[in-house]
Amino acid sequence: MNSFPLLSLRGITKSFPGVMANDRVNLEIYSGEVHALLGENGAGKSTLMKILYGFYRADAGEIRLNDQPVQIHSPHDARRHRIGMVFQDFVQIPAMSVAENIALFLPDLPVVLDRSGMVQRIREVSRRYGLLVDPQVPVWRLSVGERQKLEILKLLLADAQILILDEPTRSLAPHEIEGLFEVFANLRRDGYSVIFITHKLKEVLVSADRITVMRRGKISGTLPVSEATENGIISLMFGEEVYESPSRPKKAARQGVPPILELREISTRAEGEVWGLQKINLAIYPGEIVGVAGVSGNGQKQLGDVILGLENCSRGTKFLWNREATHWSPAKVRASGVAFIPEDPLGMAGFRWLTVQENMAMVDTRRYSRKGGLAMDWMAVRADLEDSLKRLGFTLPFFYVPLGFLSGGNVQRTILAREMAHQPRLIIAFYPTRGLDVRSAVAARELLLSSRDAGAGVLLISEDLGELFTLSDRLLVLFQGRIAGESTPQETTIQEVGHWMTGSRRDDGQYH
Amino acid sequence: MANTTKSKGITQLKNPWLAGLARFLGLFVLVFIFFALLLWAFGKNPFKAYADIFLNTLGSSYGFSETLVKMIPLILTALATAVPSRIWLINVGGEGQLHIGAIFATWGALTFSSLPILILLPLIAALGFLGGGLWAMVPGILRARGLVSETISTLLSNYVAILLVSFLVFGPWKDPESANYPQTAEFVEAATLPAFGGTRVHLGILFVMAALFIFHFILSRTRWGLELRAMGVNMEAARRSGIPVTRYVVLLMFIGGGLAGLAGMCEVSAIQGRLRPSLSPGYGYMGFLISWMAGGNPWGIVAAAFLLAIVTAGGDILQMTQGVTGSVVNILMALILFVVLARRGRRAGGK
Amino acid sequence: MIESILGSLLIGSIHSGTPLLYATLGEVFDERAGIVNLGLEGVMLMGAVAGFITTVQTGNAALGILAAALAGGLFNLFFGFLVITRKANQLASGLAMMFCGVGLSALVGARFIGSKIQGLNEIRLPFLSDLPFLGRVLFNHDLLVYMALPLAFLVWWVFFFTRWGLSLRAVGENPTAAFAAGKNPQVLQYQALFIAGLLAGIAGAHLSLALAKTWSEWMTAGRGFIAVALVIFSKWHPLWAVVGALLFGGAIALQLQLQALGVPISSFLLDMLPYLLSLGVLAIWGRSRRHAAPASLGQVFRGTE
Repeated sequence: MNSFPLLSLRGITKSFPGVMANDRVNLEIYSGEVHALLGENGAGKSTLMKILYGFYRADAGEIRLNDQPVQIHSPHDARRHRIGMVFQDFVQIPAMSVAENIALFLPDLPVVLDRSGMVQRIREVSRRYGLLVDPQVPVWRLSVGERQKLEILKLLLADAQILILDEPTRSLAPHEIEGLFEVFANLRRDGYSVIFITHKLKEVLVSADRITVMRRGKISGTLPVSEATENGIISLMFGEEVYESPSRPKKAARQGVPPILELREISTRAEGEVWGLQKINLAIYPGEIVGVAGVSGNGQKQLGDVILGLENCSRGTKFLWNREATHWSPAKVRASGVAFIPEDPLGMAGFRWLTVQENMAMVDTRRYSRKGGLAMDWMAVRADLEDSLKRLGFTLPFFYVPLGFLSGGNVQRTILAREMAHQPRLIIAFYPTRGLDVRSAVAARELLLSSRDAGAGVLLISEDLGELFTLSDRLLVLFQGRIAGESTPQETTIQEVGHWMTGSRRDDGQYH
Repeated sequence: MANTTKSKGITQLKNPWLAGLARFLGLFVLVFIFFALLLWAFGKNPFKAYADIFLNTLGSSYGFSETLVKMIPLILTALATAVPSRIWLINVGGEGQLHIGAIFATWGALTFSSLPILILLPLIAALGFLGGGLWAMVPGILRARGLVSETISTLLSNYVAILLVSFLVFGPWKDPESANYPQTAEFVEAATLPAFGGTRVHLGILFVMAALFIFHFILSRTRWGLELRAMGVNMEAARRSGIPVTRYVVLLMFIGGGLAGLAGMCEVSAIQGRLRPSLSPGYGYMGFLISWMAGGNPWGIVAAAFLLAIVTAGGDILQMTQGVTGSVVNILMALILFVVLARRGRRAGGK
Repeated sequence: MIESILGSLLIGSIHSGTPLLYATLGEVFDERAGIVNLGLEGVMLMGAVAGFITTVQTGNAALGILAAALAGGLFNLFFGFLVITRKANQLASGLAMMFCGVGLSALVGARFIGSKIQGLNEIRLPFLSDLPFLGRVLFNHDLLVYMALPLAFLVWWVFFFTRWGLSLRAVGENPTAAFAAGKNPQVLQYQALFIAGLLAGIAGAHLSLALAKTWSEWMTAGRGFIAVALVIFSKWHPLWAVVGALLFGGAIALQLQLQALGVPISSFLLDMLPYLLSLGVLAIWGRSRRHAAPASLGQVFRGTE
């Protein structure tokens, strides 16, 4: 490593409405180094890198390359300055070959393509850095790991000097991850700089030269890997806070009562870059809140889809109310008393051009249909909606407004009111307080607690560890499609959960 | 939005909606002027042409009735596209479904010719609906299984249906008494849709009114209409709410095809009196365009069908009075479409 | 006897297949750019009528071909204006263009119905045309037929061996990716549509100048739609289009042969073959063929374009 940083970010500040994504961030990158950028979701890592790559413009601060200030206002500028980025969703064309995909992004492509020359160049670079992939193969045939190699090759052949990778190991198998780290080592050897964003601790300790941890928009620490310890990093990531135990006395789960929901050895197929579930065993009893922690993208959506009946599991069985329910349709699941509060209410459960009243009716159209379906009992719909709102303590402006005209918070409230209207006995809640103001968030949490007290079971999937610790009776951690850890808020700590979330420890107590 | 808009110098117009409407109508006027110029360039008298068209469509009661006659199949085929378009299905196969409906109806009329009218007529109507419905259902199933886009399959199956009619009419069903004309035997009285007054406006108009009414009623009042509208807004959320989406896909294609089939039945039973290859001057395609112009809205469909009926009738009229080929009127139709198309961002139907 | 039947069949197949091939190659340009042109009929008709009129007025069939190509190109550019710049619905625009082409060609060509032309004659090649059987079958055709196969190879080369072809294919697959790579999707689409129009115009010219040597209303008789089916059948690949065009041209030729032989298979049933074949191919290999179709076409067919 040189003594002069190749790249230096000084005082980078960026805020979006309501959130300070980057707060006077300083970062230095040297040539020939592998630098890991670590932090929870929402810590500001992606924003920082997107500013570097020209997707966003910082509100304040400067970027210097080779000690000269540079203006990066677009990805085009970034590429001109030899900065390249590999995103989580690859910008590739599946129908074309590896070579064609690379050629498309080359700035100096001749009018008549020199196919064999191109293939030759690709093979050379591949061999040099261990990015072995067949240039002639169409991209849709490649595995995720190989497609990632293609992305890196694109950058190298377009003469990038600084490579940024956003969560590169997200969907890779263990041996592919090893391969990737070898590539990093090869790149470092030749003076390239690699910055990679991740939330996985153990990989960082193995592959990086220096680690920067971000938390809540600020840099909480930068240190060489030789000085890093797991606990130290976890503290930097999650802070030293201790969360209160649940403020209400937890009701002991009734013994001998069968679980409301039981998943046995549930597995689903992984699709592309998405993690499949692997042998999930889970049970929810009446009168308890089971919290599921984990960075989003580790199987949470699949879990919800399997429970709802929207996705078929390749293996395993599902039981609802002690009945075999593996092949129940979503309509049947919902009608049996299951409520879903999705992570994107407007996108996944809301009908933006239908009125609030009509959205309410969608919870169970059969219930409100009269005369064999020829008419709808709108009075009953409104009555149920009002009841639900009263119980929740919400108000909604007007029932005849299309849902899409409401604010995000009101949309969330509508969906909540709808789902809770008929006293569901099982509630699957995804990030239920995300985007809500404090008062509504409190109300939503109260709702989950009172449902639990009334005997319902709740599966609470959240990224907010404080919320999980406050509300859950039991706590599970989802990592790469598996349950990486299981405990209760009383018996575990934030740090331990952090370990499970970042894959550095499995529940068998082994350190990896 | 700004309070004034610059549209053809109407800078004083404060209401943006009115200004948009004014611009739209202005473009229509341009269309008619352009077509008039075209006619004039080829030596025809545009004033006389427009006058002839007006007199023979709106200007006389018989002319008006003829316009209504053309509107019947146009509205039905438009609904054939509009109904599936509520859930974003694209049915370009109205023409083929119409032909198959005509075939089924013809079979019924020829086979059961001895039945009384009160039984035979409803029977062949039902057959017409069934034929068109089945023809559209196959693409529907292919789409529901994720195999083939219904756009392509309905488009391709159009040609098969049209050729099938020719095959039957030149072959097994050829009327021995019609010398060498390619057509089937004439339908018996009991298989002919009766008409009103001295006009050719036939009972099929009841189908149209019923279809429009039912379409509107189901969509706005019933449970299924709610589910359909929900699917049209957010298919993913609809699936999550438990709505059986694939079932609806097949059902809506069936109904759409059935309506087009009904149009076919009307044409053979009331207008042609037998099955002929010249059964339809492209009603199916025009129906697609009507539904598309009207955004799948029933009232818009009636209005657009009215417009296209006049234009189509205009073709026949121009042929007779101006000696210009009837095909010419396709240009007028295309121009009208261009005006609608060129306004940004429209969809095949539905919201 | 068999030889003469086979010979006639092959000749007919090449003859009828040629306009299909030009039209299909044109539509391949359209669809590789991500645009479905249902109005191909209209473009072909404009080419046919323009070529015919020019030939009647100038007596020169080669000029006729040029005029046809130009007419088709310009007509298709207007289609491009609708779908690229105004972002109009592709299916509706295509059908509107079809109606426009039918009507406009009818209007313009009305005066020339019944005119006679020399048209495109067969060109005899020294030595090659005198070969037994092959000479009669392969080397006794008009200019456009001879140019068809080399053209298909040229199109293939452009798509897969030039920078422009690569960029165009990228636009048809994923305009966002193409844009990210610094290409201008709209410009490329316009260019592709113009070329498509040229080719479809030439297809029409072959009909009016070589096959029929007359002009009549709607003389393309659905060939534009067959071409759309052919594009799918040949997996959007110019060389497979040659095979497809020969096959479908052969179907048309077959019905003529069978009629001549008095075999009572209805010609209409044979005419159905292209469509049924395309449908069958799609239904059976639908899933795998998805990789063959330019990806952004999917948006057209889902109504989300």
